Amino acid sequence: MDTFLQQVINGVTAGSVYAIVALGYTMVYGIIQLINFAHGEVVMIGAMVAFTVINTLAPSGLPALAVVLIGTGCAVPVCILVGYSMERLAYRPLRGAPRLAPLITAIGVSIILQHLALMIWSRNVLAFPQIIASRTYFIGGAAITSVQIAILAICVALMAALALLVYRTRLGTAMRATAQNPQVAGLMGIDVNRVIAATFVIGAALGAVAGVLFGTYYGLAQYTMGSILGLKAFSAAVLGGIGNIPGAMLGGIVLGLVEALGAGYIGDFTDLCQYGLLARAIDACEGGGHFILFGSNYQDVFAFVVLILVLVFRPQGLLGERVGDRA
Amino acid sequence: MNKKVGITLVAAIFTFAGCGEQQKPAAKADAKSAAEAPKAPAAPAQEVKIGHVGPLTGQIAHLGKDNENGARLAIDEANEAKVQLGGQPVKFTLVAEDDQADPKVGTTVAQKLVDAKVVGVVGHLNSGTSIPASPIYNQAGIPVISGSATNPKLTEQGFKNQFRVVGRDDQQGPAIASYLATERKPKLVAVIDDATAYGEGIANEVEKTLKAQNIKVLPREKGTDKTTDWKAVLTKIRGQKPDAVFYGGMDATGGPLIKQGRELGIKAVFAFGDGACTEEMNKLGGPAAEGLLCSQAGIPPQAASKKFLDAYKKKFNVDPIIYSPFTYDAANMLIAAMKQADSSDPKKYLAELQKLTYNGATGPIAFDDKGDRKDAEITIFTMKSKLEPIAVVKGGKAVSYDEFLRSAGGAAPAAAPAEKK
Amino acid sequence: MQRLFDTRKRPWLVWVGCALIGIVLALLPFALAQVGTSWVRITNYAILYILLALGLNIVVGFAGLLDLGYIAFYAVGAYTYALLASPHFNLHLPFWVILPIGAAVAAFFGLLLGTPTLKLRGDYLAIVTLGFGEIIRIFLNNLSRPVNITNGPQGIARIDPFRLDGFSFGSYETFLGIEFSGPIKYYYLLLAVVLGVIVVNVRLQNSRVGRAWEAIREDEIAARSMGINTRNMKLLAFAMGASFGGVAGGMFSAIQAFISPESFVLVESIMVVSMVVLGGMGNVWGVILGALLLSFVPEILRWTVEPAQHALFGRMVVEPEVIRMLLFGLALVLIMLFRPAGLMPSAVRRRELAERSEAPAGHPL
Repeated sequence: MDTFLQQVINGVTAGSVYAIVALGYTMVYGIIQLINFAHGEVVMIGAMVAFTVINTLAPSGLPALAVVLIGTGCAVPVCILVGYSMERLAYRPLRGAPRLAPLITAIGVSIILQHLALMIWSRNVLAFPQIIASRTYFIGGAAITSVQIAILAICVALMAALALLVYRTRLGTAMRATAQNPQVAGLMGIDVNRVIAATFVIGAALGAVAGVLFGTYYGLAQYTMGSILGLKAFSAAVLGGIGNIPGAMLGGIVLGLVEALGAGYIGDFTDLCQYGLLARAIDACEGGGHFILFGSNYQDVFAFVVLILVLVFRPQGLLGERVGDRA
Repeated sequence: MNKKVGITLVAAIFTFAGCGEQQKPAAKADAKSAAEAPKAPAAPAQEVKIGHVGPLTGQIAHLGKDNENGARLAIDEANEAKVQLGGQPVKFTLVAEDDQADPKVGTTVAQKLVDAKVVGVVGHLNSGTSIPASPIYNQAGIPVISGSATNPKLTEQGFKNQFRVVGRDDQQGPAIASYLATERKPKLVAVIDDATAYGEGIANEVEKTLKAQNIKVLPREKGTDKTTDWKAVLTKIRGQKPDAVFYGGMDATGGPLIKQGRELGIKAVFAFGDGACTEEMNKLGGPAAEGLLCSQAGIPPQAASKKFLDAYKKKFNVDPIIYSPFTYDAANMLIAAMKQADSSDPKKYLAELQKLTYNGATGPIAFDDKGDRKDAEITIFTMKSKLEPIAVVKGGKAVSYDEFLRSAGGAAPAAAPAEKK
Repeated sequence: MQRLFDTRKRPWLVWVGCALIGIVLALLPFALAQVGTSWVRITNYAILYILLALGLNIVVGFAGLLDLGYIAFYAVGAYTYALLASPHFNLHLPFWVILPIGAAVAAFFGLLLGTPTLKLRGDYLAIVTLGFGEIIRIFLNNLSRPVNITNGPQGIARIDPFRLDGFSFGSYETFLGIEFSGPIKYYYLLLAVVLGVIVVNVRLQNSRVGRAWEAIREDEIAARSMGINTRNMKLLAFAMGASFGGVAGGMFSAIQAFISPESFVLVESIMVVSMVVLGGMGNVWGVILGALLLSFVPEILRWTVEPAQHALFGRMVVEPEVIRMLLFGLALVLIMLFRPAGLMPSAVRRRELAERSEAPAGHPL
């Protein structure tokens, strides 16, 4: 039982990070129907900038929390700048173009950002200085660290803040209006360009925080971390319902759980040696052996399989509304 | 009209590409010889080209450069010694190529070296590029010695010109496994690998050895070479309560593995292969890395001959990382065989290379009939705030490190280990 | 000048032009071999990319289905050949048996990908195909347990070269006083295959099938209402495109004599898509141009950038591979901004993309 609980804790924590990144994807898609492939790289840049700051400040003796906060404080503006430039230079001119163009552009931007980061921070894995004293608590045999608790708390807080922004402020109303119908929103006096830029900026800021969380939780950052994280977070956004903000949150957590529980248990389920009839037919099962069809090595596949299943069978995701022409 | 433009364009590209390279090799060769021999002898020396291949760009570019430096040191020393072959003075030139650790580029580069008429090759660094390149060298009859490719398949292909001076994964795996078995006596071991050729290979060897010693091994868990979150796999393992965990993979993933393992409360001893036997483990794993075991093929750089260490430091201003003593020895062996045969013709000196016994920076080297190094040593390390060698396994038998140094005699004293990077 | 080359008045000029090109192509490998056989190898790999780009052109260019996981078919074809002609299973079937099998297996996977995605459009299709490509690669990497099918990350080595009654494409021989190295022999074979594929593509474009694809690409609902069986046409596009990838994969296997899953990563898929997009989607010649550019530019970069940096800075400041990727990303962005139809677009495309600046958001491509 403690194993199961542990997997749940691991899954939910990893899932929270996915969720924050997924928010960036979902907001941008909701408003301009663009899959911003480069969002993962924004998260990576956030992590790298934070690394540089934290690495420089670590020996200075400041309290760990302050160092991390300063790191975040530096990462957020950099990411905002990156996100805004992306929108202004690469996506805005293609606002009316057929869907293929911004998609290819996004891939191009993603490649450029990745390799710029490579030039600045080198190829190596960067190890975050271990300044945060992490305490481990045991709940019924399952370990949860203070860093994990912090991540969960920050996630919830960010989600609440974003919900507040989207549903209670003028900007949020403008965003929702533009997402529904940009032309009419423009007619109503909303500066559509500014709203879209704001969406990118908020997404980028969230991405920066996600990057810092990732870096401090796993203790490392590398120029390639953006692409894998991005794909998984995008799957999470689609799972929850692309364009739907609570959906992104839910999708992230669910995906994290699926990955953790999948990696933990699928080997056990597909071990053919447990199934009497088959066990007798397979040589390897003798003497307590194992014949595992799908083990934890397929962990990465889960995100993709989830993505494909959702898109094929329920394209609107868990919480989304059915949108025509996308089905 | 468009079609014609298109056709002309295509033709132009081909001609441009063709013209492009005509100048390049000439320019490159000039640049190389200019950089190579500031002290070219006044008498026209016969130029003897030796190739070196390694990843000079990419994830392990630093290791590739380290290897190249080792070979270059040997070449420069030979040039200073003013070697003569067949009565003529010779000048050795190192043709260094970058294979980007990509098999496709590796084969192209091998072809390039064959075209450039090198008489011998030191390299490649990765088994993944050495193996596809080997038939190309074999067809051309050029002897190749690798200083770092550890996949057993390389020398199992029956090529008489393929050698290596470093141990194989099927020697390294059993070495760390039997050390683990005899010293820590675990009853249950978990084996994880990163699903790369290297990681899976060495993990397979470890599992085989452990099973042969009647130790129970859990079903294999895998990650990828980019896994950052090991918690799912580790939680599953924790439930089975193993006494030891072996991981076949690199430090970039091994560090987080051991860190997260300790965070989850796993108390087992963690063992690694040479991919995760670096100081990076300290940085990535933090205090969790304390007490880990790992192995390296060959002897540690600090146990290499003092002469080599000093010369390397003097020339390149950095310390050798891992395999440069091996590439140094490999290049020197090529040269020694040429001297023995008094010729730089591969057809003549290959036979000498096969029987050669050479005392190198990594100890005495001789090749067996497959081209592997006879009695290759494997060193076992532990992490005590930095990596410290604790044992050397040779021919299946493990001796403690201090005893090894005493018996080897003449190797660098353990009291002053060089800082690795 | 235009009057001099007016093919309507002098139709024989076309034949002269073709003959000239034919001679250049026939003598090219020998010219390159003078510089170094490695350049023949590089050209061979470039021709393989041309094959891939032409195959993807059917899916993306003709039928308008964005496929970001095309390299999976290349992988399937390569592994089919490797499993049937290497020491791995100790099977050594001749290449003229295996290549059709490889094409069929790849086509099957194409259908596998196409069937569930028939309803998807644009970006969603792109993502699903991307996921599919990755899944194939991960499976290839992991099918070493519990039963060893693909030998996992270790890859399969010592793959047989193409052999025909004692004549091996892999070995070096001298014929009529001319030296034929392995790569040169493969070059001619590849050239023949590519010419065949080009002919097939050009004919396809102007056939009923090709026009059906074009109709689907423009407006699927209208196409369906005109009586085109969109489902079958889309599946046909996937299958045909995949089969070309499969054949190319088989040849790749034999030429490199070693394959492993790391040759079939996502970046390769994106590279092939870029070749099609940059060159000119839907235009066979544009696609070839795109493939040639993207294959040779990295080599040229490596030749120029390294010595330039050494001369200027005394050391390598930025690796040529990094510069190449930066330029590549920049090229993608710039092409989409300024010339979204590609360098050599088909006339249809250019018209359509020029007009569509106020396209309704629903249009997939």
